[in-house]
Amino acid sequence: MTWEVVIGLEVHCQINTKTKAFCGCATTFGSEPNTQTCPVCLGMPGQLPVLNTLAVDKTILTGLAISADINLESKFDRKNYFYPDLPKGYQITQFTVPLVEHGHIDIVTKSSGAKRIGVTRIHMEEDAGKSMHEGLDAVSHIDLNRSGIPLMEIVSEPDMRSSDEAIAYLKNLHQVIRFLGVSNADMDKGQFRCDANISVRRPGEPFGTRTEMKNMNSFRFIKQAIEYEIVRQIEVIEDDGKVIQESRLWDSVKNESRSMRTKEEANDYRYFPEPDLPPLRVSQLEVDTIKASMPELPHQLRARFETAFGLSAYDADVLTQTRELSDWYETLVAGHPADPKQCANWMANELLGRLKEMNKDLAHCPISAQAFALLLDRIADSTISGKIAKDVLDAMMETGVSADDFIEANGLKQVSDSGAIDAMIQTIMDANPKPLETYRGGKEKLFGFFVGQVMKASKGQANPAMVNQRLKEMLKA
Amino acid sequence: MDIDVQKVAMLARIRLTDEEATELSPQLSSILAYVDQLAAVDTEGVTPTAHPHDASMPLRANVVTNGNRRDALQAVAPKLESGLYVVPKVIE
Repeated sequence: MTWEVVIGLEVHCQINTKTKAFCGCATTFGSEPNTQTCPVCLGMPGQLPVLNTLAVDKTILTGLAISADINLESKFDRKNYFYPDLPKGYQITQFTVPLVEHGHIDIVTKSSGAKRIGVTRIHMEEDAGKSMHEGLDAVSHIDLNRSGIPLMEIVSEPDMRSSDEAIAYLKNLHQVIRFLGVSNADMDKGQFRCDANISVRRPGEPFGTRTEMKNMNSFRFIKQAIEYEIVRQIEVIEDDGKVIQESRLWDSVKNESRSMRTKEEANDYRYFPEPDLPPLRVSQLEVDTIKASMPELPHQLRARFETAFGLSAYDADVLTQTRELSDWYETLVAGHPADPKQCANWMANELLGRLKEMNKDLAHCPISAQAFALLLDRIADSTISGKIAKDVLDAMMETGVSADDFIEANGLKQVSDSGAIDAMIQTIMDANPKPLETYRGGKEKLFGFFVGQVMKASKGQANPAMVNQRLKEMLKA
Repeated sequence: MDIDVQKVAMLARIRLTDEEATELSPQLSSILAYVDQLAAVDTEGVTPTAHPHDASMPLRANVVTNGNRRDALQAVAPKLESGLYVVPKVIE
């Protein structure tokens, strides 16, 4: 009998504001510990929170990007629990009425094709501080620089049925968030964190008991953790056991999860309305203004690249992974407008391939899109062949030299002079009487041999199309 | 109304002796029963009150207004190390 997997995801995403959610402290990552705190984010008595207007706008923008409803009146609540990295003893969050509800994200997976995943809500809240335990014996260390940084918690419907769907949803969401510029969403820096609610059931039956998998900070770990948990739950049930509703912590070193249950983990947060904050009211006009500022989203960009530039779905996807990539590509096409498809091929295969080998990202690419466009111009106007262009690109990437300077300095100009090409062909024919005889005897496969010899003799600089054409004629005679 | 006084105390991180719990249990129950009278009021069609003042939330600009005042703010901390707060170990 088969099992059906049910997955819902909660993503905590740091909103990239200059200041914290409720105070004027800086949010700079990696600063000296506890240098970006004040009485408000330290939970000192008598302090009042005042919400950051940009955090509100960015949450609304995110909501609009996933076709959600914006609640013109939303509320804040206190979620109460004790932990040393939560100085107030409660987190300010939106429990009863979130700012954003009822959105969706469309995904495509190999296994189940196109599918719409519901987003239940996006609510605003504040981050906790950071606890450090490593290498410490009886104590923990607390840095409260992160305390009070604004978060969006994006909660999905339990609509995903495989780890592939979960990853597709997360990557899609991550990409949208990066395109919107509402968060840097750097997973290594904890700016995009995921908890997964996982259960299994027989198809058609009600939901099984779920567990919550926490502490997953890369797409790879999330996939591993979900797959591990699915297998674990099925084993428990098939051994006549019962899945216990609990939080589990993913250990990416041991590749296993373990229960986080402690005596004190009675999840009783005693939410109540935040008395220090009246309702958050936004006008329809404000929402419309934010909507008008919406940048082109990844799926729109992909569609435009396919229709306007004739790219394959695959290339369009590769070149729209980040705004940086798509901007670079569009600058490239602006510089070499004659052939957007060639731009895509060269960028996706040659440029990105070399960057990967150099362990660099596009932001640190040694050459500009304009310089790259000039290289493609030289292929188009037959100054160099595609093969030579790859060598030129190597040099450009290494030293930052321009295509023209390198071609000139190394005498790489393609030979398109028919006289010169004929002379080279004649030399090769004279030097290879045997193959010539065999060829003329009907073994036309040898044509490739002659092409190779001529190209070699020209150090790759002969115009390949002309070599082909002239060879055909001269070998016949 | 019966209340698990020890559970409530644990959630609030208040340590109670059994005698205190026994004494507080009926007191808390009677407070709840008193507040429970509100349930008798017919609130059909009444918008819930989110806040006692009919105010909208004022917002702050996204501008850094606080500098580094670590020394002053940490003056009240019982234990510090290299600028970090030191607390009893929180995970096993």
